[in-house]
Amino acid sequence: MTEALPALLVFIPFLAGVLQFVTDRRGIPLLPVVTTVITAALTGWLIADVAAHGPVEHFLGGWEPPLGIRLHADGLAVVMLLLTAITGTMVSVYALASHGRHVPGASHFWALWLLLWGSLNALFLSGDLFNIYVTLEMVSLAAIPLVLLAGAGKTTDATLRYLLYALFGSLVYLAGVALVYGIAGTLDLSLAADPLADSGFAGALAASCLVLGIMIKAAIVPFHVWLPAAHGGAPAAASALLSALVVKAAVYLLLRLWTDPLAGLASAPAGQFLGAVGAAAIVYGSVRAFLQERLKLVIAYSTIAQLGYMLLFFPMAVTLAWEGAVYHGLAHGIAKAALFLAAGNVIAYVGHDRLRELSGLDRPLAISLFAFALAGVSIMGLPPSGGFIAKWLLLRAAAETGQWWWLVVLTVGGLLSAAYMFRVLRFAFLRSAGATVDHQGPRPGPLRVWPTMALALLAIALGVTAAPILALLGGMP
Amino acid sequence: MGVDVFAIAAAALMALGFYGFVAQPHPLRRILAINIFGNGVFMSMILIARWLPDGPDTVPHAMVITGLVIAVSASAFGLALIRRQALNRRSEPGSTDD
Repeated sequence: MTEALPALLVFIPFLAGVLQFVTDRRGIPLLPVVTTVITAALTGWLIADVAAHGPVEHFLGGWEPPLGIRLHADGLAVVMLLLTAITGTMVSVYALASHGRHVPGASHFWALWLLLWGSLNALFLSGDLFNIYVTLEMVSLAAIPLVLLAGAGKTTDATLRYLLYALFGSLVYLAGVALVYGIAGTLDLSLAADPLADSGFAGALAASCLVLGIMIKAAIVPFHVWLPAAHGGAPAAASALLSALVVKAAVYLLLRLWTDPLAGLASAPAGQFLGAVGAAAIVYGSVRAFLQERLKLVIAYSTIAQLGYMLLFFPMAVTLAWEGAVYHGLAHGIAKAALFLAAGNVIAYVGHDRLRELSGLDRPLAISLFAFALAGVSIMGLPPSGGFIAKWLLLRAAAETGQWWWLVVLTVGGLLSAAYMFRVLRFAFLRSAGATVDHQGPRPGPLRVWPTMALALLAIALGVTAAPILALLGGMP
Repeated sequence: MGVDVFAIAAAALMALGFYGFVAQPHPLRRILAINIFGNGVFMSMILIARWLPDGPDTVPHAMVITGLVIAVSASAFGLALIRRQALNRRSEPGSTDD
């Protein structure tokens, strides 16, 4: 039974997504709720099995590669599945309120989200370059329409720009896949490593295409231009999924490729270059986040900055950096989902997210703002949060490899993120002489407030659960 | 082997598509540019299939077919978005057509 779990994790959400799409129910989203529970439970089962017995492998339909498709659940894959299941479950609960009965576009939200969940699971479980291309495309095609659900043509421009970049990025990646096949004669991640290692210029070109294509999809500076409008304009539940999972999946792929098929090509200068790109993303994203006038844009630019930390693995490439980068992906994903859901509560209550007009929110939105502040603690990397553990691991890796300049980047990045988080809190808590904020909607109900709080608490709790999760992840491949 | 006219054509298509994507601001032109770039990629994959030691290899052919399906559906989505964008612009009062 456990060998079939990877296949079930892909096909159950897919099937439910398609069913949801064709039936187009307007009542209570029963099918998505059941699917969420089943998929989360199966994810837990697979994680427990991998933790106990090591990696799980499954050949779809019993067909072996190169004809068949191999699904492979190793430590890195199950940590990403864990992030997807936690964030996905909480966002599903939140969406019961934000995309519940009689909300326009609610059925589309559920269908797209279930298809996205299946695609993400398929991406994390794929072990060959071409399947990864297909799953990356499925992730994009399920994720991009989510931005449109903001309604009334408000986000058409942002969606179109997102689509154009995603499409171009995936074709660049595909060019890399073709070159790898030409060099190695195989698409399997592990089998391609040795032929690629001594392939000279052609191998470097293939690696450049793969990395460049993924960087466009991951919104790494300077390819970030599509992200703020798309993540800032989407409905809160969609923004949380896009920021916590979709761009993270692309960075995950970069880690996966760098340590397996491209390991022989991964030179020190290339690693330093990617680290420098990450540093640029951290500084640029944080400064732009500080300058924004809308709450959701602050959070969106913060994503650009936070993804940069994961790139700091490449110059150091030691186990500590590996653990730090992956743990950062996990901690950031959960904290960022909490931030976007909290912002969604603010918008539902006030009707807008213009920072300067948000004073006096602490009374009516106490729990949401508290969740925002807690998630902010993890984003800033203060102890005892998941963000702190991740940055501490990266700091130790920098010290271990003697690359002190990354210490500077990590410190400056932490200070900048504290600046933009405290700026938001200052506007939200500041009270102008007894005046309360004008509001258009009712106070967010428990289905909106508690998933937000749960994610924020989990972001903090990751500060004490590092040992089992890092044991699950295992060392650097 | 000598100079392969197909290799030059594939490289030219990719270069042309890349230039179009970077230099053209209009989304319709960018969709076209992406498709031209994609055709260059697909052509190079077919070339790689021919150059492999065991004669024409079927795996890149299968990849091209899958890639075409994905590119067509993503382009269709893009075209639908461009149409919606145009309709939005038309319904906005006081907006200028471009």
